[in-house]
Amino acid sequence: MKELALSEEILLKVEKPARYIGGEINSVVKDPSQVDIRFAFCFPDVYEIGMSHLGIQILYDMFNRREDVWCERVYSPWPDLDRIMRQEHIPLYALESQDPVRDFDFLGITIQYEMCYTNILQVLDLSGIPIWAAERTDRDPIVIGGGPCTYNPEPLAPFFDLFYIGEGETQYDALFDLYKEYKKKGKSRQDFLLACASIPGIYVPSLYEPSYKEDGTLAAFTPAAEGVPRKVRKELVLQMDEAPYPDKPLVPLMQVTQDRVTLEIQRGCIRGCRFCQAGQIYRPVRERSLEFLKAQAIRMLESTGCEEITLSSLSSSDYSKLKELVYFLIDETHVRHVNISLPSLRIDAFSLDVMSKVQDIKKSSLTFAPEAGTQRLRDVINKGLTEEDILRGASEAFKGGWNKVKLYFMLGQPTETDEDVMGIARLAERIAETYYEIPKEERHGKCQITSSTSFFVPKPFTPFQWAPMNTAEEFLRKAYLVKDTMRQQLNQKSLRYHYHEADVTMLEGALARGDRRLAPVICRAYQKGCLFDAWDEYFDNSRWMDAFAEEGVDMDFYSIRERDLDELLPWDFIDCGVTKQFLKKEYERALQGIVTPNCREHCNGCGAAVFGGGVCFENKN
Amino acid sequence: MAAGQLYLEEVCALKIRIKFTKTGRLRFIGHLDVMRYFQKLMRRAQVDIRYSEGFSPHQIMSFAQPLGLGDTSEGEYVDIDVLSTGTSQEMIRRLNEAGKEEIRILKYVRIADETRRSNAMSNVAAADYRVYFQNELPDLTSVSAFFSQENICVVKKTKTKEEMVDIRPLIYDWKLEEEGLFLRLSAGSAANLKPDTVMEAWEAFCRKQEEQPDCQKQSDAAAADRTPTVLYHFHRLELYANRDEEMIPLYALGEEITEETLKSSEDKQESAR
Repeated sequence: MKELALSEEILLKVEKPARYIGGEINSVVKDPSQVDIRFAFCFPDVYEIGMSHLGIQILYDMFNRREDVWCERVYSPWPDLDRIMRQEHIPLYALESQDPVRDFDFLGITIQYEMCYTNILQVLDLSGIPIWAAERTDRDPIVIGGGPCTYNPEPLAPFFDLFYIGEGETQYDALFDLYKEYKKKGKSRQDFLLACASIPGIYVPSLYEPSYKEDGTLAAFTPAAEGVPRKVRKELVLQMDEAPYPDKPLVPLMQVTQDRVTLEIQRGCIRGCRFCQAGQIYRPVRERSLEFLKAQAIRMLESTGCEEITLSSLSSSDYSKLKELVYFLIDETHVRHVNISLPSLRIDAFSLDVMSKVQDIKKSSLTFAPEAGTQRLRDVINKGLTEEDILRGASEAFKGGWNKVKLYFMLGQPTETDEDVMGIARLAERIAETYYEIPKEERHGKCQITSSTSFFVPKPFTPFQWAPMNTAEEFLRKAYLVKDTMRQQLNQKSLRYHYHEADVTMLEGALARGDRRLAPVICRAYQKGCLFDAWDEYFDNSRWMDAFAEEGVDMDFYSIRERDLDELLPWDFIDCGVTKQFLKKEYERALQGIVTPNCREHCNGCGAAVFGGGVCFENKN
Repeated sequence: MAAGQLYLEEVCALKIRIKFTKTGRLRFIGHLDVMRYFQKLMRRAQVDIRYSEGFSPHQIMSFAQPLGLGDTSEGEYVDIDVLSTGTSQEMIRRLNEAGKEEIRILKYVRIADETRRSNAMSNVAAADYRVYFQNELPDLTSVSAFFSQENICVVKKTKTKEEMVDIRPLIYDWKLEEEGLFLRLSAGSAANLKPDTVMEAWEAFCRKQEEQPDCQKQSDAAAADRTPTVLYHFHRLELYANRDEEMIPLYALGEEITEETLKSSEDKQESAR
């Protein structure tokens, strides 16, 4: 029997010990003496969340295809184990080998949301790796970050040795080869990091020097050594079918959040909603071929035995071969007694037909994401969904037997007025009215229209990156206004409304558009006990507020301040293809309420064509 | 389905009983996780398992006697219905190739319908365990003294009340071996005795031997003692059915599927046509 890092006594004491034992189906075990590079891949949240993430599955498979690399996984220990590991000085370990992370060559951390930042420090701390990159020595692993939050890595910059900007498939080979060379020659950590700066997409934060103006804004952001590029361009895959994709994804031994096979049909989005960061940073849209997806679906279902398959993309309805793919999957999954789950579909005749085939209509609900309550505001945010679309879709669905509808909105987007806020309740009401217009004998009981609002956080690389965020008070006032307006509607008994607390959003807002001066705040919050901030039961706003106060950092400067269009932004050194000029133009059009057509209707010259592929060059050969 | 696979019956499903182990790190996955593990294993090994009717069909599968979290076993059972099958040997190979080494398939037998009607769980009458001691093995004299008691009373807590139960009649056999203590205990839905309960009673017995304090104090001490340290490791060896007052391993209620079995049923089908 292989040795486990934790004793039986500890494993039986903590909640869900299966989180910590590894040994999952299709996990990769190698002989450590036969590899040159040991890579610990971390998702800084609890196992069930981390194991549901597609990106790690792709890179785990890709890294382990190399004979000289052994990639293993690490997740955040839950607070119960965290406490024990600190008390008993047990170093954090990787699941496959159960070996301490601090003995690895690399610790790679995927950074998916701002509220996991303290968990990153937890992982470093429990591993026994110095939290501050500057304090690390040649004995410590190289700590590299990736994922969407690295499009503004600055609040985390002092904690990382490297950031990988963009899609991981393209440059890790070069990075590993370089590492082996430097390791063989016995060169220092600093030499290696400096050499890394020449690899496309690799950002070495210690090699850049920010300076600030008197008003606190950024004055300059300059390379601190020769040969270090002024700008780091994001990496991306151009030929999706040629990029590695796991034939044998990991299958956990315990129930995780998303226990299913994920088929990534495309990257990027043609829509250009102005609040959406993913819609900009993953441009241009690149599709995988139908043939590839069909074969891949079968391979993954057979190698995992999963009972569900799902499609992954930002907007599945825009995949050009969606119908063929979905009908193929319906046939295949039927034979195999496998469920199929279809997120992010536009509601139309096709999707209703598909859903009636794959779901139990009585139990399932229909989802719309209007994001704003009025057409005026939907034009501002460039959400190409009209009230007519929604009512028509809902009406068809009601006739097809559905009676539950879910609506997603955001509060606090630029130019929002009380009319827009109340519009949320009025739209929900009109959907309910549509239901009751159906003759009584054709209805299935009462309808249930559930609206949820989240609070809008302006994100880097969106047209709203300059926009002020609402204050917590404004957010909550608007949420109450929605609630009150709901109560005034004729069909209020069919309307439900959910909203969240505002504090965590304010913090997310500060971290999303922050700079390096936030790192000490994150560190202090962590030292005060902040951990699992994405979890309501663990989020403690007062500790965070104390951390800001003690570090003398003004949170409002980062969250609610409106940026000048000419301001140097902390993330301006990153080139994501989409130009700042385009984003400015889009911001101006937003304020005027002018809609911008999607990439397939009309090229708007966003800048992503610079990569030379994807939707920008469709039908141009 | 794979070519060369033979259909034993046309309409009726076949009842299959599978015996497996649970060892190593997988002893830390719970009973529900084991169920999910097998559901996926059936698909990976392409077992032609029968599904229920309805909108969300599930595999026809039933497990015998859950194992405690952290315990190991070489005597776990699951019954399934299949529509077609290969030989026992082939199916064991396929399942093991698609599975983890910590959950090894040991037996794959066909069981008669009347046995199956009362499924794996309701067949169970007894279980063998080996108790490994973290500390030194106790001496035979005191172990004998413990099991020779006429009654071994333990407090059984239910939701509403606490009552004293005599577990001695549920202990069918014991033997002090080199590796640990062998126990055969009553199991199943009628009267289930967990080895943990026996060992708690043993500890209480030991304390009583050392000193003779009053009863109240003793149960307090027992409660305090029971908490953290892992003193024993429990390993299940086998599950038994009671057939005419004789304990028979659950797999022995079924029969091995061989080339001959498949051949003869194929012939039967031919003649039926």
